[in-house]
Amino acid sequence: MSTGHVSDQPFDTTSVFEDTAAAFDTVAKAATTPEVKQPYRELGMTEDEYLRVREILGRRPSSSELAMYSVMWSEHCSYKSSRVHLKQFGEKAPKTAALLVGPGENAGVVDVGEGLAVTFKVESHNHPSYVEPYQGAATGVGGIVRDILTMGARPIAVMDPLRFGPADAPDTARVLPGVVAGVGGYGNCLGVPNIGGEIVFDPCYLGNPLVNALCVGVMRADEIKLAKAPGPGNQVILFGARTGGDGIGGASVLASATFDEDGPAKRPSVQVGDPFMEKVLIECCLEIFAADLVVGIQDLGAAGLTCSTTELAAAGTGGMDVRLDAAPLRDSTLTPEEVLMSESQERMMAVVEPAKVEAFLAVCEKWDVTATALGEVTDTGRLRMWWHGEVIVDVPPRTLAHEGPVYNRPFARPQWQDALQADVPTAARLRRPEGADELRETLLKLVGSPNLADKTWALEQYDHRVQGNTVLGHGEDSGMVRLDAALPGTSLGVALSTDGNGRFAKLDPYAGAQLALAEAYRNVAATGARPLAVTDCLNFGSPEDPDVMWQFAEACRGLADACLELGTPVTGGNVSFYNQTGEVNIHPTPVVGVLGVIDDVDRRTRGAFEREGEILLLLGDTRDEFGGSEWAHEVHGHLGGLPPRLDLHREKVLGEVLIAGSRDGMLSAAHDLSDGGLAQAVVESCLRGGHGARLVLPETDADGNALDPFVALFSESAGRAVVAVPRSEELRFTDMCVARGLPVARVGVVDGTVLSGEAVLSGEAVLEVQGQFTVPLTELRAAHEGPFRKLFGHSVVDA
Amino acid sequence: MARVLVDVMLKPEILDPQGQAVQRALPRMGFDSVTNVRQGKRFELELADADPATLRATAEQMAEKLLANTVIEDFKVTVLPADAESA
Repeated sequence: MSTGHVSDQPFDTTSVFEDTAAAFDTVAKAATTPEVKQPYRELGMTEDEYLRVREILGRRPSSSELAMYSVMWSEHCSYKSSRVHLKQFGEKAPKTAALLVGPGENAGVVDVGEGLAVTFKVESHNHPSYVEPYQGAATGVGGIVRDILTMGARPIAVMDPLRFGPADAPDTARVLPGVVAGVGGYGNCLGVPNIGGEIVFDPCYLGNPLVNALCVGVMRADEIKLAKAPGPGNQVILFGARTGGDGIGGASVLASATFDEDGPAKRPSVQVGDPFMEKVLIECCLEIFAADLVVGIQDLGAAGLTCSTTELAAAGTGGMDVRLDAAPLRDSTLTPEEVLMSESQERMMAVVEPAKVEAFLAVCEKWDVTATALGEVTDTGRLRMWWHGEVIVDVPPRTLAHEGPVYNRPFARPQWQDALQADVPTAARLRRPEGADELRETLLKLVGSPNLADKTWALEQYDHRVQGNTVLGHGEDSGMVRLDAALPGTSLGVALSTDGNGRFAKLDPYAGAQLALAEAYRNVAATGARPLAVTDCLNFGSPEDPDVMWQFAEACRGLADACLELGTPVTGGNVSFYNQTGEVNIHPTPVVGVLGVIDDVDRRTRGAFEREGEILLLLGDTRDEFGGSEWAHEVHGHLGGLPPRLDLHREKVLGEVLIAGSRDGMLSAAHDLSDGGLAQAVVESCLRGGHGARLVLPETDADGNALDPFVALFSESAGRAVVAVPRSEELRFTDMCVARGLPVARVGVVDGTVLSGEAVLSGEAVLEVQGQFTVPLTELRAAHEGPFRKLFGHSVVDA
Repeated sequence: MARVLVDVMLKPEILDPQGQAVQRALPRMGFDSVTNVRQGKRFELELADADPATLRATAEQMAEKLLANTVIEDFKVTVLPADAESA
């Protein structure tokens, strides 16, 4: 690290293009100087890829063209390693009339009724968030919000699934507070509520945190906008922030190449977000949409102007002429290659009919947004760009946007997979707690472990009430917002949950991806919403490693199969490869977001136990399943065996019961069972409601075998939920479960009163596990809510 | 008593939203000649019992570790003469 100094001089532009920067490289020069050596390797291209560019163009590319091909054909933009596997999401997609726009656009769109459509997507911003946690996370939020805006929708909520190294690692103390502050800083300034997400710790993420960001937006179903540039003569307008040297090469170099800790030379300049600019841009765009002033629109994200021009042109009439030097610059020394690759934030590109340009510019003027006509749509089938009067780019846009390289990377089941799965955490392999005291101790240890502890310290930094439509926020099974922004007064709402368990996916990537989907599906159903569609962020290691590629292939196959069975199509998402530190890959981590719809948000089901005397019912089957469990991880540092068994039909039935229970007013509370099992779910529901509970553990498992209290409390069997029902509804609800073939067992009551012991005298609410132990709620609260604040509460973050 | 100034500025290529906001505001107030604004921050440190020989190195360490985010910011350390008022 240099000691640095304050300089008044403009940005000293040093780039791999320096040797050609004497003037600047043009198409004409490229045609006459085939022998010029070009830095394709430094830009992350292989020799084969470079030769293919020469073949497509019939000459060497100009340096601007090379820059464009290198970013568009990078893993990040082209999905060259993942595409053959992602195809399944289309091929196996369940037929549903709700899907209005599927994968391939900026985000998927689903019909939610009442003439409204909802668009949502999750994306990763992992590598930038490791380099500069605050800005990395902030621009991650900004980027996904613009994707949603681009579809024509008003962004109404964001969520952030986050994963870090061990909670007590020094680098986590640097990365986590920065990321949390960045998510909050950007979203809060923007005025978009943050309604959920996850914070997970595992040593595998130490040098490579996962910062995923999800956004959901709403619009009228007839107002969908698409990223295309039809109609020769239509104007191409760049608007929003000026272009600077932000994240140049970020798309191809930072996101797609192995992260080398001691290689600061490769470190590109960090992108800095400006949420106030984005807020203005949102309002400006929505006014432009309302006045029907654009025929196509695209945001500028990874690969900036290169990506927006090629994708718009490729999806439209097929050609575009662009005067690149007309783009407003923040730094006048930028070369054309850098302008093309810059990832400056808060920029958009619109295609506007000539007759509407004046009106378009007037709206931009009103919002004080810089807007510049850069060129126009043509029917030449070529994307051409000029720089100070010279042609610097002349390419067929489809070859950049859609016809990039596709790799069938080799994949094979890792040799260590069998040994890993054989290491089952049986009672003989891992010592289990015995007796009431050890069970009590285990409960307190787990509810306070980093992954299961209360995350309020982080979540309270996010504004989850802004816009006034949040009906369920953090701490609930799903976030839920009313769609008031598009239809004032409506009771219609959407629920969203993201889930993912890297340990399960490591043990079995096929099942792990399905379990992530099942958990998110269950979480949405638990709030009373009907699951409708899926978005996924697939975080994996290096695709050049056959082990990782096998994990990826299996996860895609699992997710596509499960989506088909559950009837929820994947509408879009994102793949993030090269998540590794040195040679060590992260656990395969498919993060799955499920969106559900609820006709009347007043009927939502909360997770808190709120009324004493209500009956607690456990839905689903409990088995001795501890492979990849929180208990094995936290207590023994063990990962082995198989993840919990998954029955998708059972998940569907459970979902139907939870939705029907909500609709018919039978449920007072519902909470899905996942990490930490029944114990964790009951503790969370008790603490949220401020009421105790008396648990009577079931004595037999699904197969009629004796059920150990430890297994009953901590097993992570899938397909389960705990619900609280009023006594008057118990019979009706259990009858419904029985009729649908869903196992239901009475496991206790919401009740603060203890029958014996000291707590009776103090009148303190307690959690009692009958025949085992009793814990006062105050002790549970201290154990659950204390640790996270203690770990991170003192951190000072430099924004 | 030793006095040290640490000036911290965003690196030139990094977007400065605050500076831009000021730049947009000034012409509205009649200052038409403004073409660029960059905003930074200054720390005025007073150090007791500091060894003059290592003063600069100490201040640079503080800047590296806390005062500046060296991923996106540069800094400049100025050691003031012992009797100078902080500027």
